This record gives sequence, structure tokens and C-alpha cells, in this order.
Amino acid sequence: MGSFLSFVRKETLHIIRDPRTMLVVLLMPIVQMTLFGFAISTEINNIDFAVVAPNRTSAIRQQVERLAANAYFTYKGFISPKETDEVLRRGETDVVVVFADDYDRKTLSSALSPTDGAAIQLVFDASNPNIAAAGAGYLQQVLSVGGPATLIEPEMHLMYNPQMKSAYNFVPGIMGLIFILICAIMTSVSIVREKETGTMEVLLASPVRPIRIILAKMIPYFALSCINLATILLLARYALDVPISGSTAGIVAISLLYLILALALGLFISTIADTQVMAMLISGMVLMLPVIMLSGMVFPIENMPKILQALSTIVPARWYIAAIRKLMIEGVPFAAVLKEFAILSGMTLALIGIALRKFNDKLE
Amino acid sequence: MNRDKVISVKNLSKKFGEFIAVDRISFEVERGEIFGFLGANGAGKTTAMRMLCGLSYPTSGSGTVAGYDIMTQGEEIKRHIGYMSQRFSLYEDLTVWENIRLYAGIYGLNRRQTLRRTVELLDRLQFRSEIRTRVGSLPLGWKQKLAFSVATLHRPEVVFLDEPTGGVDPVTRRQFWELIYEAAAAGTTVFVTTHYMDEAEYCSRVSIMVDGQIRALDTPTLLKQQFAAKSMDEVFRTLARDAKRGE
Repeated sequence: MGSFLSFVRKETLHIIRDPRTMLVVLLMPIVQMTLFGFAISTEINNIDFAVVAPNRTSAIRQQVERLAANAYFTYKGFISPKETDEVLRRGETDVVVVFADDYDRKTLSSALSPTDGAAIQLVFDASNPNIAAAGAGYLQQVLSVGGPATLIEPEMHLMYNPQMKSAYNFVPGIMGLIFILICAIMTSVSIVREKETGTMEVLLASPVRPIRIILAKMIPYFALSCINLATILLLARYALDVPISGSTAGIVAISLLYLILALALGLFISTIADTQVMAMLISGMVLMLPVIMLSGMVFPIENMPKILQALSTIVPARWYIAAIRKLMIEGVPFAAVLKEFAILSGMTLALIGIALRKFNDKLE
Repeated sequence: MNRDKVISVKNLSKKFGEFIAVDRISFEVERGEIFGFLGANGAGKTTAMRMLCGLSYPTSGSGTVAGYDIMTQGEEIKRHIGYMSQRFSLYEDLTVWENIRLYAGIYGLNRRQTLRRTVELLDRLQFRSEIRTRVGSLPLGWKQKLAFSVATLHRPEVVFLDEPTGGVDPVTRRQFWELIYEAAAAGTTVFVTTHYMDEAEYCSRVSIMVDGQIRALDTPTLLKQQFAAKSMDEVFRTLARDAKRGE
């Protein structure tokens, strides 16, 4: 046991003696959370609109005022129909709201024939489809409140995230990304570094069991990641106002499991890579892409082609992010994420098994 | 077994697929000897040494190191040997004391032993003032001497040195060999690979490997007589001339 502790102390010293790396590791979650949480936002905040209205009746004025008063829209003034294309092209507005000549008649008459055409037309600059789609949806909602009641009007409730905040989506995603990156890069690089410098051979020629060398390496990084976990949860709760509606214990439990999985992944990478650069490339590129693309962090898994959907099932981040989303945002009890927990446990065990076997083979 | 044979191997072989890295080598090393293990690059000396250290399993053959069977008692062997690899093997970002403490911990020395031996070691190397210095900022020669002292901190029966003086200046090499003599005089067997032929002259006995086999094994004086050569360098070149494996 004494030798094990001297190893943990040694690994801790390695980390402390390299303050730049430690700083990067501790600051990375803060930077990413800030970037994704504030800067990269898919929310629609500031949509400029212009209005085309041949007859400016009081009903139309009322509608325009209501829109202009809305925090999400900025009123740019009335324009003539001919100018529509031009203002959109020049980027002066994002949308042009066109009221029909006979807006009042169309909105008042209860028996409209289908051939009458719409009372309002929305012309969007869809060069950024995200803004166009989200803006169209919201604009429609606002207009329909003051406009004609259609026969079947769906009443929408956006559960769990009524304000459609993108932080709700990104926070679990960032957690899935950061832990994999930090744990896998740091462990794989630190193991490969010892292979490169030759100290690993000396350790292997000593009576210390290889599993202890590895475990001792993982403990300080595990501790560091726990600090990161705390940072992220605090930032999410107090800076980004993401509710932590489920059990905190459940979130922590599944996160710790995910950390162990990421550490095992790092160990596995260290058995493949022979140089630190290689280890960094594998953990950076090979891990990052699937985590971003296939985990549901950015692109919904349900929209993917079947092959990619199948592929996503082997990406651990997918299950972790799904579980965190459920626990954090939906606030389900821990029992509801047992499936994800079981899958992640299985993956962790398998990875540790494969990595240890490969590590021992390498000694041969 | 004979207690005075610290290393004893018979027909030791190692194959990697079709390639025979080490081909049925047999030799014995006695307690307190400085045994030089020579060979060109690729002759198989590192592979042979790794088998003796328990870092690699032999494909066939048998042998004992420090009285333990290399096929079955690798863990016991590791406890009783010291190893210094050809690349510098201490941690550069740790201080002299932290490195010593780490290896003391690995070999299970208790606190009192660790402190006493550390003081001895530092006095021998005249290193006391450097105890809190990071190893990375020491000159290479000092590092090598420190690495050797750390590798023998736990008083191993035999210490394996894999090209320990690579890249070191002649004066430091001389000092390094004084350390080796001291250790051998204290009863530690030294098993050393080198490609400096002047160093081969310092050894009690020398074996020369060519193409995975031991082609010559004797004291430097007798080897020179046998090959009618003036220096070990000439002996080595005579033997290496018919090597089939290139570098």
C-alpha cells in the first residue's frame, strides 16, 4: 500500500509541476460553458421586421404595435411591396410581414372560403434556416393571438424548457464532451509520456504491479475531473439558470461512472499510441467528432439516417447526455435512467477489460 | 543451485514470429562480478536483458536470476534486481529527494532506511546541496550517477545497466565506473551493456553477442589473447565482421 501511495503522490506532483496544463484543464469547462451558454445560442433574440400594408387599418396598426413591443422583434418601419426583396437582400430586416389588402375582411368574416388566400404573409430571409424557422414559429404565435381564431387552434406547451433556452440543451452536451476530452487526453498523454521517456520500463522492471501504476495515474485526474464536475454544475445552476430539477446525487453518480469510463478510454488510447502527439490526436480528433456529431449534443439522433443512429449507440456520450438531460432538465427520478446507467456500466467494464488486457500484452 | 551464481541461463531463446532475436544463449554470472554484455545494435542484447529482468518471457530455455526462476518467478526477480534503462530513467519534473522517495516507496523501504540511505547516497555523490533541485536542471552526467544510485538504493543482488553511459563525457564516464566498482566491491553484481569498448576493459568478464548468439565469453585479457588483438575494440570488430544482421 505504501508504494501505491507514493505513486499517487508522484502523479499529483506531475500535475502540480505543470501549472499551465492544470490551468487549461480547470479553465476549459468554464470557457466552454460560457461559449456555449452565452455566445453560441440558438435562441431567437433580435429579429428585425419590416411591414408591407397597403391599407393601414387600425387592426393592422394594432398588430404591428404588438409585434414592435415584443422584446424579440425590432420594428424597422413600413415599406412598399416592391422593396421587399431589396431590404431582405441588403440584410436590413430578417422578415417582411405582408398584410393582405383586405386584411380586415379576411380576419372578420367567419366563413372564409379556401380560395381567399391568407390574411398575412411572412417573407423570411432563410439564408440562416435556424433563425428563419424559429422566428417564423414565434412570429406566427404572436400574430395569431391578436388575429383571427382559426377553427382548430393547437395550444402549445413547451415542457421542461418553456423559454426554449439553448443552455438546457448544451449543458448536458458540454458535460459529455469535457469529461471525455479531459480524462482521455490527460491519462493517455501521461502514460505515453512515461513510455517515451523510458521511465515506464523502469517501473515495469520494479515489483510494482502494472494495475497499480495505472490506478495511481487515474486517481489525481479523477480528482481533477470531480472539481470540473462541481464547476460545471455550479455554473449551470447559477450562471446559466439551468434548473437542476432531478436528484443531484443521481447526476453526480452517473457523472462519476462516466468519468471512470473516460479514464479507461484514455488507458485504452495509451496502449495504441506510441507518442504523446499521437495520443493527443487520437483522443482529440477521434473522440471529439463522434461526441459532437453522434451524441445528440448538437444534432438530434432521431433525425439521423438509420446507419448513424445505429452507430450512435456505441458512443458513450450519447447515453450520458441522454441521462443528464433527463435528470437535470426533466427532473425524473434516478430509476428512470437505469437503462443508461446500465449501458454505461457495461461499456466501462468492457473498456477496462480490453484496455488492461492490451496493456499487459504490450509488456510482452 | 550454487549460491555464488547470481545469474545462470541455459539455452535461452526469444522468437518474435519467425525472427529469432536471441538464439539459445547460455552463461553464468558470479556474485560481485562486473559482467559486460556486448553486441552491435540489433544483436539481441537488449532482448536478452529484458528476459533476465522479467520484462519479457523467454520462448524457450531456462535460467535463474538471484536464485529465482525466470519462467515462473518474475515478480520475485523484480524485487531483487535494480534496473537502469538506456534512456534516462528519473522524473525530470521531480526533485532529487522526490525521486529517491518514490523509488524507496516502490521497493518497500521504511522511513528510517529511506532517510539513512538517502543521506549516504547524497554524501557519496556530494549532492547534499542539490536535494531540493529538480532533476531536469541537473547536468546529464549527474543525472546518470543519480539514476545509478537510485537503481541500487534497495541493495539489489544484481543491477542491470542498459548502456548507462550513452552520451556522457569521458570524465563523467570514469566517475560513473567508479560508482560501479564501489557497488561491485560491496557485493552487488553488475550486468552492463555498452558499446564503448574502453569500458569493456573495465569488466571482470565480457560476453559478445552476434546475431542473437554469444560468440565469445571470457575476461578481457584472455579474449585479447584468444583473438590475438591489442584491444577489445579489435576483438569486437573481428567478431562483428561476419554479422548477418545489419543495423
